[in-house]
Amino acid sequence: MSPDRKIVLIGGSAGGLQAIFMLLADLKDINHIAIIIILHRSQVGEQGLEEIITAKTGIPAKEIEEKEIPVEGWLYVCPPDYHLLFEKDQSFTLDYSEKVNFCRPSIDVSFQSAADVFGSSLICILLSGANSDGTEGLAYVKEKKGITIVQNPEDAEVPFMPLQAIHRNIMDHIFTTTEIRDFIKGLR
Amino acid sequence: MESKLTISDKEIELLLEDMLEIYGYDFTEYSRASLRRRLQRIVINDKLTSFAEFRYRLKNNDAYFSHIVEEISVNVTEMLRDPGFYRTIIEKVIPVLTSYPFIRIWHAGCATGEEVYSMAILLKEAGLLHKSLIYGTDINPAALEKARQGIFPISQLQQYSRNYIAAGGKSDFSDYYTSNYQLVKFDESLARKMVFSTHNLVTDSSFNSFQLIFCRNVMIYFDKKLQDRVLQLFDNSLEHFGFLALGTKESIRFSPIASNYSQLGREKIWRKKT
Repeated sequence: MSPDRKIVLIGGSAGGLQAIFMLLADLKDINHIAIIIILHRSQVGEQGLEEIITAKTGIPAKEIEEKEIPVEGWLYVCPPDYHLLFEKDQSFTLDYSEKVNFCRPSIDVSFQSAADVFGSSLICILLSGANSDGTEGLAYVKEKKGITIVQNPEDAEVPFMPLQAIHRNIMDHIFTTTEIRDFIKGLR
Repeated sequence: MESKLTISDKEIELLLEDMLEIYGYDFTEYSRASLRRRLQRIVINDKLTSFAEFRYRLKNNDAYFSHIVEEISVNVTEMLRDPGFYRTIIEKVIPVLTSYPFIRIWHAGCATGEEVYSMAILLKEAGLLHKSLIYGTDINPAALEKARQGIFPISQLQQYSRNYIAAGGKSDFSDYYTSNYQLVKFDESLARKMVFSTHNLVTDSSFNSFQLIFCRNVMIYFDKKLQDRVLQLFDNSLEHFGFLALGTKESIRFSPIASNYSQLGREKIWRKKT
């Protein structure tokens, strides 16, 4: 595993899952990167999100297990009701501490922790949603020289979350899901 | 204005060394990512302006050290969390416990005790509480004090009632508590079968033998070496054919004790073979 490998975190809330399906469609494979998804979702009923993603997109996906180190080619889904953190050796830590922004997992928490570990190799993407989670995290990623991308509010089902980040002016790019897909392809 | 002081990796190690050397609390095998968040939270909440100030207060003030332990330990817990898990406890574990003349259960890292009360309710409904003793331990004495009182915020009760119904509870959940404004107090008859005591999984050893041990969402904060050691401690504390119950994202897979245990279906409950 090269130390400067690219790692992509995608955070989303209401409308985020549809956006994820859109941007993963036609991607075929992600052999050049690891993608990690932090999505606000209900604890019950969506146990098999990773199976659905694989079925719809053909990209191998799995739920995150603690102490696992993400590898290229795989898409990882944060389990509901845990925060996701990163250790210095790049491995995952799951954390059951207080909710942040009324959320667990909180996108802010994961973006901040990932920025400490991956610095400028990190790409964070904030998608559709109805609350302000993710903005603080994105600001920190920018401070640590990572790349920050926000879904175009006109393209987002619920524009509130991307708009919070845009108002803070902490994004490198404002992209539609199609543009995000092209950007990910271009990381090769 | 929020504090902008951030603690470096090296400074975290210094604080951990101080806590070990001065107070005998060993957090050196805890997840650094998690510790970093907890310590950073202390910096913000206590409005600390320099690392030197943080370290000075830690080294010279016992009360401040206790405060740090309380803040570091995650005390988030819930009654009957993961109803599917508790349904398995009711259907597969409790029927086995029935055969014992005296039942001993250990909740390791019980925080404010919600899971201990959950288990007492299930034992009561199975007609076993009178011959049971439930030990609740944690490193955080303040959390244990709350557990002893059995008083919880009413705001959570709706969720707990839903969990109770989903797990297959037999009565009306409200039979077990009396409410008073924003708080509820659980029935004294439940607490009479509980013993709460401080215990540090890192440094303390086995103190009894049990037929059932719970340790949920505690080991996710430990590194692999410490996880293996704690599992060994549980193995030493479990009777033959006893049960070990862990959190949804925890496992004994890849640990040295795994070969002597079999998992109960998909739930994170393992039974000791011999």
